[in-house]
Amino acid sequence: MLVRPDRPRDDVVVRGARVLDAAEGVDAVLDVRVDGGVVAQVGEGLDANGHRVVDAAGLVLAPAFVDPHVHLRTPGREDEEDLASGTRAAAAGGFCAILAMPNTEPVVDSAAVLGSLVERARAEAEVPVGFLAAITKDQAGEQLTEMVELAEAGAAGFSDDGMPVESPGLLRRALQYSAAAGPPIALHCEEKALSRGGQMHEGVTSAELGFGGYPSVAESLMVARDLALAAYEERPLHLLHLSARESVDELRRAQAAGVAATGEVTPHHLTATDETVRSLDANAKMNPPLRAEDDRQALLEALLDGTIAAIATDHAPHARHEKEVPFEAAPFGVTGLETAFAVLYTRLVQTGALPLETLLERMSAGPARVYGLEAPRIAVGAPANLVLLDLERPWQVAEAGFRSKSANSWLLGETLTGRPVLTVADGRVAFAA
Amino acid sequence: MADVTPLVRDELLPPKPPERRHLISIADLSRDDVERLLTLAETFAKTLDRDVKKLPVLKGRTVVNLFYESSTRTSSSFELAAKRLSADVMSIKAAGSAVDKGESLKDTALTIGCYDPEVIVIRHPEIGAPNLVARFTDAHVVNAGDGKHQHPTQALLDLYTIVDELGHVEGLHVAIVGDVLHSRVARSDVQALLLMGARVTLVGPPPLIPRGIEAMGCEVSYEIDAIRDADVVYVLRMQKERMLAGANYVPSLREYSARWGVTPERLRPGQKVMHPGPMNRGVEIDGVVADAADALIERQVRSGLAVRMAVLYDLLTHGPVGVKVAEIQEVA
Repeated sequence: MLVRPDRPRDDVVVRGARVLDAAEGVDAVLDVRVDGGVVAQVGEGLDANGHRVVDAAGLVLAPAFVDPHVHLRTPGREDEEDLASGTRAAAAGGFCAILAMPNTEPVVDSAAVLGSLVERARAEAEVPVGFLAAITKDQAGEQLTEMVELAEAGAAGFSDDGMPVESPGLLRRALQYSAAAGPPIALHCEEKALSRGGQMHEGVTSAELGFGGYPSVAESLMVARDLALAAYEERPLHLLHLSARESVDELRRAQAAGVAATGEVTPHHLTATDETVRSLDANAKMNPPLRAEDDRQALLEALLDGTIAAIATDHAPHARHEKEVPFEAAPFGVTGLETAFAVLYTRLVQTGALPLETLLERMSAGPARVYGLEAPRIAVGAPANLVLLDLERPWQVAEAGFRSKSANSWLLGETLTGRPVLTVADGRVAFAA
Repeated sequence: MADVTPLVRDELLPPKPPERRHLISIADLSRDDVERLLTLAETFAKTLDRDVKKLPVLKGRTVVNLFYESSTRTSSSFELAAKRLSADVMSIKAAGSAVDKGESLKDTALTIGCYDPEVIVIRHPEIGAPNLVARFTDAHVVNAGDGKHQHPTQALLDLYTIVDELGHVEGLHVAIVGDVLHSRVARSDVQALLLMGARVTLVGPPPLIPRGIEAMGCEVSYEIDAIRDADVVYVLRMQKERMLAGANYVPSLREYSARWGVTPERLRPGQKVMHPGPMNRGVEIDGVVADAADALIERQVRSGLAVRMAVLYDLLTHGPVGVKVAEIQEVA
């Protein structure tokens, strides 16, 4: 379930954009009129009707993005991000909806914590937010949360993200019990006995730099186990931020065997490799780590063929002082909401590796479907969830431009092309450059 | 709306790092850099035998030694090198400093930076600490060992010792034996030896040889017999904490010594033996080997002084440029 901000909807006309919604079969220069937050008309030469008019000549109008994996750090670490700043960053990144992970302080493991987030999101959020609840109490991997009550209180899904569910017996119970609760289970796959002490992908670069290795098999082994349990219990399962070829192979095999498993991948795993860690910059440290070029290729292939249905930023804000330390002392995680489209467009679409239509689908309808949300679309009668994209003008990633409270981006200083200039989320103009 | 201005104007972008030279990794050096430093070290080595050993070349310059790990030879050698060049030297050890009170490396660097030192020599248990100090101070930074990453002056002094003994490095075969996985000395030496045209074979138990290390250009063998073919056998220190029950890098110290210990029986006459120290006699190296005429271990220490003098002098006198400016991510 998405929590929709209590704010008035807008009237707006977007004029002369290349309207691109492959699922609706639209790819033409058109006007789109939004009345009271709903797409009222798509056509040529539409009347302004007194609406706000956006001249979008030369720009692309697409269904807005959905980010299934964001850390809003609220409650507990509002110095790093809060509901307002995180959703403003989302709007600036072209997202009309985001899903927040429950690894906060305290963990979202009770209806009381979830309820307070839902209330605050209604008042503070810029775009609709869904909150995942934990699978286990305090994400400690010992006691299931009250999943049915959490689902009734609005949980969009269940995850112990950041931590694997180590006990196969407990995961099995969670899969069984989630049938009564409804929302899907999303898993961070990591065999800690293999990743412990790991700072980066175990490979040629870690061998040379001397960092403790976090091998691919630490992920794929857990992926295989989790898929086996999902298959046995005949329950759906979503695999978070996949990073390794072997993991993708496991997912593809399971899907072919009829398991209702989905997967997501981050922009950084799609566009960077462990070579990036040579900078020793703590902003190149994330979990799972950036892997080898062969893994990156496998992720891209899986995104292209649909094995991986969703792109997820895993936006993980961290305080400056926590990242301004030697690599090994830094926490895992990077921000991503405000650079996701641009880095993927620049490094994958502009290079011909990924069609624009596929990128737009995997950032919007793909993730929406994983969590059973209504897919954003440009069609008369649909709620207006629109992103207007400038695909021409290069811009430089800099801390001063971020809406997020944190600036631990791995792309600082990079020049990228492709940027949202207008985001309409749930019928409201949530961002305008 | 189509007229979208970039969100950030140029003047708000992070500034480029200043042109400063550091010695953080052997990977940043060219062969010319190494040859220049070794030649310079040879010059300084000649001064070590004089009655008056002090040279006035760095008078008025300040060198800070910042040591977050225990060290005898490296810290004493840097301190003496700076003193022999007449620099003012300040040595700070983490134990007993504000680090004990939880001060971050950034704040310690900023604090030391207030004294405007020309050089900061840092040893730290975490990879990349020298880069961080370079980012937050205006000093030239010398890496005296960062975690398992690099120990570039050790590699330079090892090269110097080999050249001093055998006349050249090019074409030699060097076997590096032991715990490569946890060794910054091994990583620096592999890069330095390959840069200078040597052939390198890493020898040790499989769990202690990092997966993928062959990509650096060296060979790997799990058999101790592989050292027989080498001109130089470089023995790594076996850290006893790696041998604790449960770590399981090797089943036992006894089995390690029996299989991979460097003993007189496993060496050919004339093979040179090196060790970065401190040694565990009877573990990775037999005492007879360590004390034999072919052991260059004390020569390494002596070379260390001349090499560190050369490094400090080169960085501070802006000698022939070539030591690359480390890539430092600057954040506004």
